[in-house]
Amino acid sequence: MEFHELTISDARKLLDTKEISSVDLVTALLKRIDACDADIKAFITVDEKGAIDGAKKADERLAAGESTPLLGIPLALKDLLCTRGLATTCASKILENFVPQYDATVVTKIKDAGAVILGKTNLDEFAMGSSTENSGFHITRNPWHLDHVPGGSSGGSAAAVAARMCTASLGTDTGGSIRQPASHCGVVGIKPTYGRVSRFGLVSYASSLDQIGPITRDVRDSAIMLNALCGHDPRDTTSANVDVPDFTTALAQYQADGLKGMTAGIPKEFLSVKGLDPDVEKAFHDAVKLLETLGVEVKEISLPHTDYAVAAYYVIAPSEASSNLARFDGVRFGYRDTNATELIDMYKKTKSKGFGDEVQRRIITGTYALSAGYYDAYYGQATKVRSLIREDFSRAFASCDIIVSPVAPTPAFKIGENVDDPLTMYLTDIFTLSTNMAGLPGISVPCGHSKTGLPIGFQMMASRFDEMALVRGAYGLEQALDLKKRFPEMSDSL
Amino acid sequence: MKVTRKDIEYIAHLSRLEVDDTLVDKFADQVSRILQYIDKLKDVDVSGAELMSGASMDHNVFREDIPHTPPGPDITLANAPEREDDFYIVPKAVG
Repeated sequence: MEFHELTISDARKLLDTKEISSVDLVTALLKRIDACDADIKAFITVDEKGAIDGAKKADERLAAGESTPLLGIPLALKDLLCTRGLATTCASKILENFVPQYDATVVTKIKDAGAVILGKTNLDEFAMGSSTENSGFHITRNPWHLDHVPGGSSGGSAAAVAARMCTASLGTDTGGSIRQPASHCGVVGIKPTYGRVSRFGLVSYASSLDQIGPITRDVRDSAIMLNALCGHDPRDTTSANVDVPDFTTALAQYQADGLKGMTAGIPKEFLSVKGLDPDVEKAFHDAVKLLETLGVEVKEISLPHTDYAVAAYYVIAPSEASSNLARFDGVRFGYRDTNATELIDMYKKTKSKGFGDEVQRRIITGTYALSAGYYDAYYGQATKVRSLIREDFSRAFASCDIIVSPVAPTPAFKIGENVDDPLTMYLTDIFTLSTNMAGLPGISVPCGHSKTGLPIGFQMMASRFDEMALVRGAYGLEQALDLKKRFPEMSDSL
Repeated sequence: MKVTRKDIEYIAHLSRLEVDDTLVDKFADQVSRILQYIDKLKDVDVSGAELMSGASMDHNVFREDIPHTPPGPDITLANAPEREDDFYIVPKAVG
């Protein structure tokens, strides 16, 4: 097997037995990036020197007898996570030359664990989008079909894993931005419970919804990554001070007991969503049947406020964004327009030249929803609907362990198909954003392909802090499905 | 809710944006359609529902008020577009 094909757990064995070095692995992936990324364009920055230096350090630790799960493993990071000394652009022209002076907590954690950072991946500008077409620099292509989007906003992170340009990656998920691109690229993505992973050093889009999580080749690797990422951080006041289990024990639990005793709820409202693609529907129902053969009891449940989730989300997220993005004013960091002679004029010119259309549209929508006379009708009402959505989930989880659904209504769409119609694009988030609204964890695991060969993901959601149920359930489905075609065929020249 | 060209210009000012003239009508149309969709929230009976402005509102978070060493101007101002000594330079703020 080629080095770039290795999962984290495969690479771990070879590194520990000294059959390969971290430098071998990193070199192979850099070569892969060189061969593929001109077409895929998953990366904004590739840090060759930093990666080789990191790999050498990891090899020294390995030589000294150390073995920890991520030691020497090459990862790619969504370019929304601050990396000390390495440009962090948020895929925005406004931060094109921004070099953070500190690491995000997750970056510190993976560096301490010995992981090697290959580079920073593309996204919709400030994570605002579902296709990575809103990047201020370039679009990213789906490795399965180059004329399709990889999903978004963590499209670069998902495409890089699918194209085997990194062993695993980190994404962020505000309304589905890990799970939807994972689904569209045929890889595994977890959005942890709100508060599980520190957001310190993550450039905020919508602070009450954002969460960092892993994108990996398989479920085992996601469990390994979760172990490294989770934990309380005093620098993030919303970080939860709760015990972190060893998530890989959920894999052993599946091997011992299958999925016996597990109950899965299917929200009836999800399956009556307009525009549900027949291939997605079939792959979903086939996967549900398979779960039943593994011992899962499947029942219909109700999430009555589903129909209002997208509307509430597109008030709350832009409202928070309009506040969070006020900091990019050309004073302390980032781009500044130098033509303005007065301060307010400088703010305006800086922002409008620095931000792309979608970011400006969301700032305007959010400012409108928060402005005098509209605050109660929009923001106030949306936050109340949000609490009703959370109550829907609490009631549902009284009778089931996981809730299952498709990840997105359709497989990846064609590049350019939805760019002029923001509302249609927003509606594609229908299955994923409720978990962000309720602060719950969710996973996307591959469950098949469309007739045209595009991957389709299966979503599982669980109660707060019950990622163990997601890992166990998704691992069960992955093992039972044993998809023959896990990754896109890509010639070496691609 | 129908948003006019004037509304966009006013909101853009509040947001400290200078929306390109060619984009104002497009934004007015797109934001109108987004708000028309969002208007469905008015159909929800929210009587008794609490305001949920965060995902984890169970308790407030406090910490001891212990002074820390600040990072200092070299780090704080490292990304400043324009600086003089340990200060940010900005255009004229008062007319």
